[in-house]
Amino acid sequence: MKELSSGRRRKPGKGKYDNLVGYLFVGPWLVCFLAFTAIPFLASFVLSFTEYNMLSNPTFIGLANYVKLFTQDKLFLTSLGVTFRFVFLSIPLRLVFALLVAMILNRDSKAVPFYRVVYYLPSILGGSVAVSVMWKYCFSKTGVFNTFLQSLGIPCDISWISNKDTALWSIVLLFIWQFGSPMLIFLSGLKQIPTSYYEAAVVDGAGPVKKFFKITLPLLSPIIFFNLVMQMIGGFMVFSQAMIITDGGPMNKTLVYALYLYRQSFAYYKMGYGCAMAWILLVIIGFFTALVFKSSSAWVFYENELFGGGNKKKRRGRK
Amino acid sequence: MTRTKKAIHTVLFHVIVCAIGIVMIYPLIWMFFSSFKESSLVLSTVEQLFPSTWRFDNYVKGWSGFGGTTFTVFFKNSIVVTSLSVVGNVIASAMAAYAFSRVRFRGRGILFLFMMVTMMVPSQVLVVPQYIIFNKLNWVDTFLPLVIPEWGGRAFFIFLIMQFIAGIPKELDEAAEIDGCGRIRLFLNIMLPLIKPALATSAIFAFYWKWDDFMGSLLYLNAPENYTVSIALKLFCDPTSVSDYGAMFAMCVLSLLPVIVLFLFTQKYIVEGISMSGLKS
Repeated sequence: MKELSSGRRRKPGKGKYDNLVGYLFVGPWLVCFLAFTAIPFLASFVLSFTEYNMLSNPTFIGLANYVKLFTQDKLFLTSLGVTFRFVFLSIPLRLVFALLVAMILNRDSKAVPFYRVVYYLPSILGGSVAVSVMWKYCFSKTGVFNTFLQSLGIPCDISWISNKDTALWSIVLLFIWQFGSPMLIFLSGLKQIPTSYYEAAVVDGAGPVKKFFKITLPLLSPIIFFNLVMQMIGGFMVFSQAMIITDGGPMNKTLVYALYLYRQSFAYYKMGYGCAMAWILLVIIGFFTALVFKSSSAWVFYENELFGGGNKKKRRGRK
Repeated sequence: MTRTKKAIHTVLFHVIVCAIGIVMIYPLIWMFFSSFKESSLVLSTVEQLFPSTWRFDNYVKGWSGFGGTTFTVFFKNSIVVTSLSVVGNVIASAMAAYAFSRVRFRGRGILFLFMMVTMMVPSQVLVVPQYIIFNKLNWVDTFLPLVIPEWGGRAFFIFLIMQFIAGIPKELDEAAEIDGCGRIRLFLNIMLPLIKPALATSAIFAFYWKWDDFMGSLLYLNAPENYTVSIALKLFCDPTSVSDYGAMFAMCVLSLLPVIVLFLFTQKYIVEGISMSGLKS
């Protein structure tokens, strides 16, 4: 129908005009996309099969970079392990904390917008150098964190950032601290759950725990899962915090993947090696992205819910 | 629920929420007050929040920077890089979003797909070839590698603006066209004023990301007179060189100030924007 009506109105030569206007508007993006994304993307793949130090021409060495990574480079495996540990600790904890706070804040109170702003502030600041520097001194031997523990009666005088068992945790905590955006998303998700569900559950004699596991969690699960994967993708790329707070130390316990990749590429100028590392990262991230799309049938109704206002669901629920 | 029970609940809610909030914000407050402490006392009097004597000269000492380059230069550089990036980014994103949403040009589908895929590509994959390209162009140690790529817009903003345009009725475009309004005038005079909120959200996030950008400055800026605040701060705070903790925290506070001020003025946009779009940090 739509095609037909617009076709009727279409003047001769309109298609050409549309092409011209379209490419005019998309032009800046297209040029930058080709120059700074598409070409580098392909170049990176090609370079990953070469040895290149920027001084001489790249030499083709086949799969040698990849073979070396998995068989000889102990630090590569270390950094992979550190990154997985980091991602699987910080992101679920961040989301749990975000959900917890969102549930506390999900009530009618004039103060809620104020609290939302306070809780979101760390997320805005978290990526900055200043906050990483601040964090470093908060978790040092005489830092705020130890003082806080002492005030609670827990004597503690280790330096969290230079102890090999706790260093990664100090960066994990920095990530949990930035729980603001998932919290806001969960909060708007919670607001969409009709109160009638909870009222019906109370009539059926359900307690708060049962209400959480039978209503809240299932209805939020699409949002939780989507956030989990999106945040994980970001987590795999953690760099500046690890570089500033611990610089990979102590004993490479916080040598995250992106930091090791940076060192290989720009400290040792092993550009081909760095590209091979980047492509392994891409495969890992691609795997998690595929996971989202595979499971999209589970979370796609969330979007309908968002735009349809949830009325349909309610009606279905009543039946 | 009885009235007293409700009152207890309300009090409990505020106590818990305030406690979490104070614990979260405390490091920032601590840093703020530490920036006024005597340098030797910053790390030895952590348990005492307020400085016993207020040392405003920390800011003066910090501002003098290092190696003869002051923070005046670093802030100026950051402002130049950030404003050029933000303006270019938002204009290009709006243009691309309009074309993808409303103009039926050949290849639109495949280009849109490419654009969405770029959101998933980790920057690490692109960083080495990008460096080689910028090196070949002789752009290293200038602002160009930090600014020019932004002039193509960002997939995330394009998508955000497209979602906003989707809410504007198509009849408006058609009516304007019947009145003889060309596509370019339609975009400038009708579309742009209507998508202002989406542009504002994009601009704010573009500002945050660029102001905080550390990786780009680390890779491409070598001479101290070209440093942005983030890389200068990193070097200023290096444990091997820093001994003046008061000055260090003073500069940290100043570098966060523009972000905090902008956030306080625009928090409504931000908070609503994220709640609606499901934004990742």
